[in-house]
Amino acid sequence: MTEPLLRVSGLSKRFGGFTALERVDLIVARGERLGLIGPNGSGKSTLVNCISGTLRNEEGSIRFAEHDLGGQPPHRRVRLGLARSFQIPKPFASMSVLDNLRIPLLYAARQHEKLASDRIAEEAMDVLRQVGLADKAHAMSRGLTQVDMRKLELARAVAAKPSLLISDEAMAGLSASEVDDMLALLLGLKERGVAVIMIEHVMRAVMKFSDRIAVLVAGRKIADGAPQSIVNNREVVTAYLGE
Amino acid sequence: MEFPTALVLNAIVAGLLLGGFYAAVSVGISISFGMLDVVNIAHPAFIILGSYIAYIVNARLGFDPILVSVVLSPLFFALGMLVYRVYYVCFEKRGQESLRGLAFFFGILFITEVTLVLIFGVDYRLVETSYSSTTLRLGPVDFPLRLVVPFAVSLAMVIGVQLFLSRTFFGRAVLAVAQDQLALRLMAINPFRVKEFAFALSIATAGIAGAFLIVIQPVQPSIGREYIGLVFAVCVLGGLGSIWGTLLGAFILGLAESFTSTFFGPSWAPAVSFGILLGALAFRPTGLLGR
Amino acid sequence: MRNRTFAVIAFAIALVLIALTRVIANDYFFSAVYTVLQFIVLATAWNILGGYTGYVNFGSAAFFAVGAYTTVFLNKSLHLPLPVLIVAGTIVAGLLGLGVGYLTLRMRGVFFAISTLALAVVLFTFVVNWDYVGGARGAYIIQPREAPLGFSRYGHLLYATMVLMAAFAIVVARAIERSVIGRGLAAIRDDEVAAECAGVPTLRLKLFSATVSGALMGMAGTTLPLYLSYVEPTAAFNLSYAVNSIAMPLIGGMMSWLGPLIGAVLLGTVQQVVQVTISSEWNLFIVGVLLVAFVTLAPNGIMGWVEAWRRSRPHPR
Repeated sequence: MTEPLLRVSGLSKRFGGFTALERVDLIVARGERLGLIGPNGSGKSTLVNCISGTLRNEEGSIRFAEHDLGGQPPHRRVRLGLARSFQIPKPFASMSVLDNLRIPLLYAARQHEKLASDRIAEEAMDVLRQVGLADKAHAMSRGLTQVDMRKLELARAVAAKPSLLISDEAMAGLSASEVDDMLALLLGLKERGVAVIMIEHVMRAVMKFSDRIAVLVAGRKIADGAPQSIVNNREVVTAYLGE
Repeated sequence: MEFPTALVLNAIVAGLLLGGFYAAVSVGISISFGMLDVVNIAHPAFIILGSYIAYIVNARLGFDPILVSVVLSPLFFALGMLVYRVYYVCFEKRGQESLRGLAFFFGILFITEVTLVLIFGVDYRLVETSYSSTTLRLGPVDFPLRLVVPFAVSLAMVIGVQLFLSRTFFGRAVLAVAQDQLALRLMAINPFRVKEFAFALSIATAGIAGAFLIVIQPVQPSIGREYIGLVFAVCVLGGLGSIWGTLLGAFILGLAESFTSTFFGPSWAPAVSFGILLGALAFRPTGLLGR
Repeated sequence: MRNRTFAVIAFAIALVLIALTRVIANDYFFSAVYTVLQFIVLATAWNILGGYTGYVNFGSAAFFAVGAYTTVFLNKSLHLPLPVLIVAGTIVAGLLGLGVGYLTLRMRGVFFAISTLALAVVLFTFVVNWDYVGGARGAYIIQPREAPLGFSRYGHLLYATMVLMAAFAIVVARAIERSVIGRGLAAIRDDEVAAECAGVPTLRLKLFSATVSGALMGMAGTTLPLYLSYVEPTAAFNLSYAVNSIAMPLIGGMMSWLGPLIGAVLLGTVQQVVQVTISSEWNLFIVGVLLVAFVTLAPNGIMGWVEAWRRSRPHPR
């Protein structure tokens, strides 16, 4: 059996006396679409931060693309092909939309793909077309609407040419048609062979998108399987609807 | 070789007395930087301002400088409110705190120093109090009153601040604003007002500490800059946001400086505090008692 | 405009400025211009770490003085020629930037800033206690009687050196600004975490920025001892270097190489005038006031005004 793209084993993260994550195991295969759900405060963002490297986990290991990620800084992980977007968009405010994408193209994508310097702008426009921001390529990123900023956030992750992309609540607070836009974008990634971990509260999107769903409650993974079985899982239902 | 007992004992006592004073000097930063996340590197400027005001009143009217500073502390409080408002409007609201906020406070520090030079010149100024020249003696150990009195009042002030923060409603609002502004708002408390108050409090402590300073040693305008390292060293070493940590850090620093001064010479003293700061930042940035 | 073309233009202008030594007889002119040029180097260097990368350095004086005192030390021990002294001072200051950066750039920008203040005081104390380079009393350096390369006096040679240093600093800053590294630095400045997660090796780039910035500031200081024939710690570590290297880029504009140049020329000239007509204390007061005024009211500086004005004009679309 080939090794999965991402293997998280026994991951624990503590903040002082508070345990945010407790021995979490997670596997993502190449090209797989995993939905990650759980109530607020269950540790989803913490998990993303540990995987991407912005936080250090106390226990457990993370293997990605046959590399042990232990202690590696985020930029190395991105260069290996592990990209993430941020829940609250963090654009490079002094740059235009296009220039925002130059950064991951120059610093991440170029590590595992041959990209000639004169092709960078074209590549960026390509990604912008995918997310529907092509007409705003030269607008300043700080003047964008909320939705467009979310799109830019995803675009920046896509521009790193990852083999695994973690999308952190990109759809929170969006209208139904905006959700559909984002969904189409993320679904399109499968064609390019990109695995996606989608963290969302919008259940409709998660159900439509995921090959598999994992559920996190109070720092522990309580379920992991096909979408239908998750929806019928008693523990999951209780966690969401309360006791 | 004979163990220099007297020398060591005196160094310890001087270090502890100095430590109490350093705590008073630093408690303001513990509040403004440790709890409010405002990098007020101009804090020493307000201390020096306090020193000079105490000096003027003492020279003209003969009042005890520490008494004067306590009486005048509302002025410093008001000044602190004004400075915070400017800072808030220009930087915090715009999310530009880091670089521009730093430059702003640096500018204030600088302007204060230069203004004092323009008015008073670079000569050292000192005050005369009833206890300036008295020294108590206990065996081989000296207790100069010019160190003891500020030490006592410093401790009173620092402990007073700690009690205020932990026991009163408004004080606890200050501790809360550092952790969760939204929760405060939901309790119908305006975070801005709380922060403004806390910052003003920090400046008021600076003004009072200035009087302590000029009782302990003569001052001149550029001394402020030397105290930046000391103040941040104390707070970082002790742990940001913890008043007890500030006290601990202050005593450690006082002892370190005292021993350096006694055995290596006083000109190395400024390097000690900055050296400790660099060390703390490099090896243990959360401090000894930090959150 | 390509870097090479720009460099050629910059050095052409430099040569013109140097040729002035044949034409102008007023010594004060060269003294004033030397000071302004020195500030151009300091402001440009500071801005590489400050404006481009977003990390404030309060200890410019430390790097500047390190350059000066390296000259003093080497001159006293080995009697080396001027170019070697300059290179040596630049390297030592660069290593200092690297070292301090390595210790403190992993933390928040705030702690880096405070550490730079600490650095200045520690180094000052160290120098004051080091008798070989003169300690508190200072060190004398005797200028060579004859000036090489056809200059009528040695002071003119130093002036010419400073002109070249200013041109060099600007060329380097512009090259960095427009390079891939420059984009990475801008990303760090805008949002360091996002930059790191976009593949930017933030620590490495910050160290690069700190090293280059420190090196150039040290370079500006290497000729000071020869220029004044005398160096003592209070002058070498003078606070005005720290304030000016922050105020000038802030007033001129921190986003590009042009800002520090504008700031240095404007503010430097104003200071020369004030110093002569009023006093040097009032001079510093004015710099401080301008710094606070600009940082609160016009944080993007003069270039920011120009940008805003340009964007408000209707373009043909």
